[in-house]
Order: sequence, then structure tokens, then C-alpha cells
Amino acid sequence: MMREVLLALVPGIAAATAFFGIGVLVNLTLAAAAAVGSEALMLRLRRRPVGLFLGDYSALVTAALLALALPPLIPWWVTALGAAFAIVFGKHLYGGLGYNPFNPAMVGYVVLLISFPKEMTLWQAPAGVADGPVPALAAMTRIFTGHFPAGMSVDAISMATPLDAVKTQLGMARTLPEIQAGPLFGALAGRGWQWINLLFLGGGLWLLGRRIIGWRIPVGLLGGLAVVAFVFWASDPDLHPGPLFYLLSGGTMLGAFFIATDPVSAATTPRGRLIYGLGIGVLIYVIRAWGGYPDGIAFAVLLMNMAAPLIDSYTAPRVFGG
Amino acid sequence: MSTALWQFPGGLVLPAHKAGSTAAPAQAAPIPDRLTVPIAEHPGEAAEVLVTPGDTVRTGQLIAHPKGQRGAAVHAPASGRVAAVEERRVPHPSGLAAPCVVIDSDGEDRWVEPAAPLSDVATTDPASLIRRIRDCGIVGLGGATFPTAEKLESAPPATGIEMLILNGAECEPYISCDNRLMRERPGAVIDGAWILMRVLMAPRCLIGVEDNKPEAIAALEAAVAEAGFEGVGVVTVPTRYPVGGEKQLVYTLTGKVIPSGALPAAVGVISQNVATAAAVHDAVRGGRPLIERYVTVTGPGVAQPRNVVARLGTPIEALIRLCGGYAENASRLIMGGPMMGFAIDDDTVPIVKGSNCLLVGTAETFPPPQQALPCIRCGACADACPVALLPQQLYWHARAGELDRACEYHLDDCIECGICGYVCPSHIPLVQYFLYAKSEIAAREQQRRQAELARTRYEQRQQRLERDRLERASARQRKKAVLQHKSRSTEQKKAEIQAALERARRKKSDTPGSGGRSDKR
Repeated sequence: MMREVLLALVPGIAAATAFFGIGVLVNLTLAAAAAVGSEALMLRLRRRPVGLFLGDYSALVTAALLALALPPLIPWWVTALGAAFAIVFGKHLYGGLGYNPFNPAMVGYVVLLISFPKEMTLWQAPAGVADGPVPALAAMTRIFTGHFPAGMSVDAISMATPLDAVKTQLGMARTLPEIQAGPLFGALAGRGWQWINLLFLGGGLWLLGRRIIGWRIPVGLLGGLAVVAFVFWASDPDLHPGPLFYLLSGGTMLGAFFIATDPVSAATTPRGRLIYGLGIGVLIYVIRAWGGYPDGIAFAVLLMNMAAPLIDSYTAPRVFGG
Repeated sequence: MSTALWQFPGGLVLPAHKAGSTAAPAQAAPIPDRLTVPIAEHPGEAAEVLVTPGDTVRTGQLIAHPKGQRGAAVHAPASGRVAAVEERRVPHPSGLAAPCVVIDSDGEDRWVEPAAPLSDVATTDPASLIRRIRDCGIVGLGGATFPTAEKLESAPPATGIEMLILNGAECEPYISCDNRLMRERPGAVIDGAWILMRVLMAPRCLIGVEDNKPEAIAALEAAVAEAGFEGVGVVTVPTRYPVGGEKQLVYTLTGKVIPSGALPAAVGVISQNVATAAAVHDAVRGGRPLIERYVTVTGPGVAQPRNVVARLGTPIEALIRLCGGYAENASRLIMGGPMMGFAIDDDTVPIVKGSNCLLVGTAETFPPPQQALPCIRCGACADACPVALLPQQLYWHARAGELDRACEYHLDDCIECGICGYVCPSHIPLVQYFLYAKSEIAAREQQRRQAELARTRYEQRQQRLERDRLERASARQRKKAVLQHKSRSTEQKKAEIQAALERARRKKSDTPGSGGRSDKR
């Protein structure tokens, strides 16, 4: 099951690598190594059968989801720390697989975002915009030494994400048509980001088709986000980006099909899952539109994780004959 | 007959594995040399045994009559001599022993004079029919062995029963005894249904059969047409486990939902297994008590899977031998089907009224249970549950010993069909947890009742003591009052004597007559 989830991530990973460079793959490798290492260590400490539990691939999925949420030029130790934190604190200290109330990958992500805001918000231009991502060698240098090669500065290569750009430029009293005429934006949403999101959507649909995940959480999430976005966009298209922009920006599709669908930390009743997804979708909009953070997936997921037990207890299905 | 059907929640299409045992007609199993007949299908029931070791019995003779609820009459399945009346191991998940009558067969199968056939059912009083069904020891043959007479009496007299449902779904894989019975004795099934309809005054009867048994459906339809009974219909239901569950079948056929904790009679329906109907036919038309049944002997671990008609009390190993013996790689023996059956580790135990199937597995097809992994709350169990429970939540609470919470999640409504464990990607034996929680709750309930009883007794005793104390106290009071009265009077007397003495003394010293007069008042 988890193996199929990893497989479904591949197209999106390929797109992310194409647009943001080798850093994506390096992050994935680092996170995987740190997560599997921490998992093995914790299983040993907790005297659980290491081989049996490593075989479920859940640590790898956590690592992949965290790594894909990180900016591609982040120093190696940040990635490793996040993955280790996710596994040790987000998962095993709660009792391991099946017992964690929060999505471990998002726990790791939020800890990094709060602890290292500078590193966590350093994004660069996607391929096809300005100079595109830095070359592979420069990326490796930055990841493993923390510095760019001589002649390259953070300011020169950093570039706001489309979500960020919209937020800051709206704050500077520009209208959306003006903002979206900029080089960062493509036909549907941000350049690069739109393709990454579409490919994660494709992988997610494949998982749906294979019944690895259910439809309720993704539909709830995307529906909630789209409806709220539509209402504001319809009220003033100059000040509020449309639903399509929100759906294809940042980590929306990764969140909808891969992160929010983690069954352990989600609601489990059928109606509960729809509500859980809806809640995440609405919170994503709230955080993106009015919050202080560039994207809202992680906080939205964690907040709804907290609400999941409550949702479950209010949405238990009517028993046959009850 | 085509009727609108309803689809119960959840359920699963399972591989049937029935072809092996249904190909050949059922074979009558020879009477074994020794039969072990439990006098109660449910351990712990009080029973009255009517024979003692050394007695000669005839086939069909009443040998025990369990007392109390859920009891049913037990008859000698063969003629011979009673060898023992003692505790023997019986097929039960606990593997415990229960009181049994052991009969050494004389091989002659000499019958007692059967009760007079009640041929004119239409004019026979329903109470007499129920009495006959009770006297013949008929119980539900679908596996639950609930006494049929008791079930028939559960019909509410006020609202009555609109419909009898005969359960011929036989939805659990491997089991095919009802299939063979419906094909071989369709007339008995239909006539049994007719008798049950008379008893219940039910105008209609639907016989539900899964669509994977076309021959049985055809046989029943032909029998209905031949008998010309009004209001009896054979309905093909989709093959979907557990459509043969009582609630599920009633809903599938009628759209009526039996409320939690209620019997089907609550919605005007009573359901009986097809084999029970055939047994009712035998009892009423032929006066024959329940002493034999169809048993499926099947599974990859049996050389020649087939159905047999065996006398109750026949040891399992005799039936396995009849079917060619164990295959070389046979690894486990299950009574019942693969979903709801239970493992048996001793093949000398007998078959009983509820034994529908003997399933012999091999290590390949029935591997030992896999290591259970943590629940990831994927909800696959909830999607498959035919009662719309949340097994993942029930598991959580059952495991933590939070029985009250488990009850809030409707543990009582679990029908133990085993689907949740079957679909669980973590291989968690969910039903085992639920069985455990249910038995804990039952034990707690009993403890509570006993505590309640003890408390009432204690309170009554306290009241009695208090009453006694009060009575004693008041008696003492009365006595004291009397005593006080008495003592006062003695003092008075003393005073009077004193006064008299005084007077006498004064008389001596004073002038006579003056003082004595003033003293007296």
C-alpha cells in the first residue's frame, strides 16, 4: 500500500526536479536516510521487530512528503533534522505507527518552519523563469556546506513563490491582473508549480482508482478550498485569486492526495472524512489569504488532526438497526 | 420469483469454494459403534437426563430434557445401550467438556414408536404443532441452535407475523449442506415452510437463496409449483457475504431493519433455516425427532469433499474417514466455515445439532495467522461491516479495556461475521477482540447482577435487623414501664408500711385516735 503511494509520487517528483533542480532529489534522499535511520533506532529502543516495521515503508512515505514540502536548496542538516524529528517525536514517542495523532511529516515541517524561517522560505526561480534554478554543483555546494559558491548570493538566486508574490504585491496595492502578468505566472497558476500540482493530481487519481485512498478527503479538501476561493474571487477578481490558482499552487495537490489522506491522523468515519477534508481546504485558504505563512497545508492539516477525534465521535454512522 | 431487493451495508463477495462438496449427492453416514450425544448444545445449561448407564434405548427415544431457557429435548440417535452419562469433550470454541449421553449402538437402528403424524395441518391447533416441534427437539440448524418452538412463540400475539423467511442463502464459503438439502429434499423444505406458516398464521413466506445455487432454486421452485402452496416464493439473492445473516437477509428480502437488540418478530418477520423447515416437516408429518443432519465435509485437507447425512453424536473422524480421510498436508480442522467457524483440536468429538460443516485446511490455504501489525485506521473494516459499525474504534476501546466506550460504539450489534478481520490490511484478528470484549461485558453484567442481588439481600437483612431491634427496644420499653410501675408500687407499699408503723408507734405514745385520723388521706 505504502509502496504504491511512493510510486504515485514519482510523476510529481519528476516535475519538481525538472523545475527546481537536483536539490529535490537530494532532499528526498537525505530525508529518507534520516527517517529510516531514526525509525530503526526507535524500533530498537522500543524493542519492536525492526525488519517487520521497516517493511511497511511508512517511514519512507513520511520522508518523501516532508522532503517534497522543503525548498530545494535547504542545508542538509535541516532536512535530516526535520525527518528525524518527524519520526522520533511525531511518530514513535506517541507509540509508533497507528498511534500518532498528528501527521508526522507535517510535524517535522512545522518544527523546521518555526525554527529556521530563513532557510525554509528560500525558494528560487523555476526553470523557464529568469535564470531558473541554480546549477547542480552550486545546489550541492549550498546543501552540503550551507554556502553558495563564490560569485553567487542568496539575494541573487532567491525568488518568491507565486503564492508569496501574490500576497506581497497585493499588499503593495497592485491588482491581480497586473501581478499575474509577471514572469512567475503561467496559464493556470505559477509557472512550474502548476505542472507539479497537475502531476501530483495525476498520481493521486491513480491512487484513487486503485482504491489505495478514498475520495472523501481529497474531494472535501479541494472542494472546500475551491468554494471559498470562488466566493472571494467572484466578489472581487482584482483582489482575490481564483480557485484554479489556489488549487494549482504550493502544496495543494500533494496535500490533498498524499498528506491529508494519511489514515492514522485523519478522521475515520465516511462523513467525518469529508468534513475533515473540507476543514483542511478552508483553513488552507484562510492561512494563504490572511495568515503570515507562505503556504497553509501543514498548519491546516495539523489543526484538523486535532479535530479528527471530535469529528469522528460526531459522525459515527447509524448502525444497521440502531 | 422476482422481488425488489435491498442492499445491506458493507459485505463482501468471497470466493465460494463450494463446487468440491456439491458435485455428488449427500451420502448417508453409517451409524458408528459409539455415539456421544451432548444433552445441551450450550455449556452450563441444567439438564434432566432420563437414562442411566446400562439402559437400552431405541432410536428416537427421549433421553434428556434440558431445563430452563434455550433448552431442547434430546433423543437417542441410534438404538443400543447407554454406556455412560458423563462429561465428555464437545465441539465448542472453549474445548470444554459438557454432560453427554454415550450410546453403544447395537447396529440395528430399532426405532421407538414414532408420534402420530399430524397430517391435517390446516385444522391442527398451532399450539399442538408447536408442542410437537418442541417434543421433537427441533432447534435452528443454521448454526445458532436456538430452540425453534421458543422462536415461534416469540411472535407477538397483538401484531402477528406477516412473513416467514426461510434462510437458504448459505453465504459462508465452503459450506454446502443446505444447498444439497434443498436439492434433495425440496418438498420437505416447502412443506416445513407451509407448516411454519400455519403455526405463525403468516400469509407469506419468502425463501432466500444465493444466486450461486441455481439447482437449489430450481428444485424449490418446482416443489412450490407441485405443492401449489399459496404465498410461498423463492427469491434469488445476490451472493454477498453475509447475506445469510438474519438481519441482512430480512433486510435484503423485505427492506425491514430489525432494531438493535430486537428479534425479527419485532418487524413482523420470523426467519428459519431451510434445514430447520425440513426438520419441522419430519417432526410434524412423520413424528420423527431431530437425530440426524446434513453435514458438509470439505476443504483442501479432505480427500473426497462431499455432504453426508449423519446421526448426531457421530465422531468427526468417522465422517472424515467416510470422505476418504485427511489429505497428506491437512493442517487444521474447523467446525463451521472459514469466516465464523472455530478450530477443533480433537477429531473424536461428535457432531451436534449445530454442526453444519467440517472444514479441513492445509497450510497453504489456511496459513497460520500472520503477525498483526498496528491499526492504521484505514477504515477498510468499517466499509465492509454489514452492520455499519466502526470496527477500528471498537478495536481501540476493546484493546484498552474501555468496555463502556465499546458499548457506545454498539459492540452488541456485532454479528461476529469476521469480515473486518478478513479485510484488515494489518491482519488484526478483530472479531477475537470483540468476542473477548463481549464476554467481559457479559461477565461484568453478571457480576453486577450478583452484586445487586447481594446488596438487596444486605439491605433487606439490615431492615430486618433494624425492625427486630426496634421491636426488641419497644418490648424492653414496655417491660421497663411495667417494672417501673411495679417498683413504684413497692416503694409506695414500703411507705405505707412505714406510715402504719409510725402510726402504731404514735398510737403507743400519743392519745389514741387523734394522730391516726390526720395521717390518713
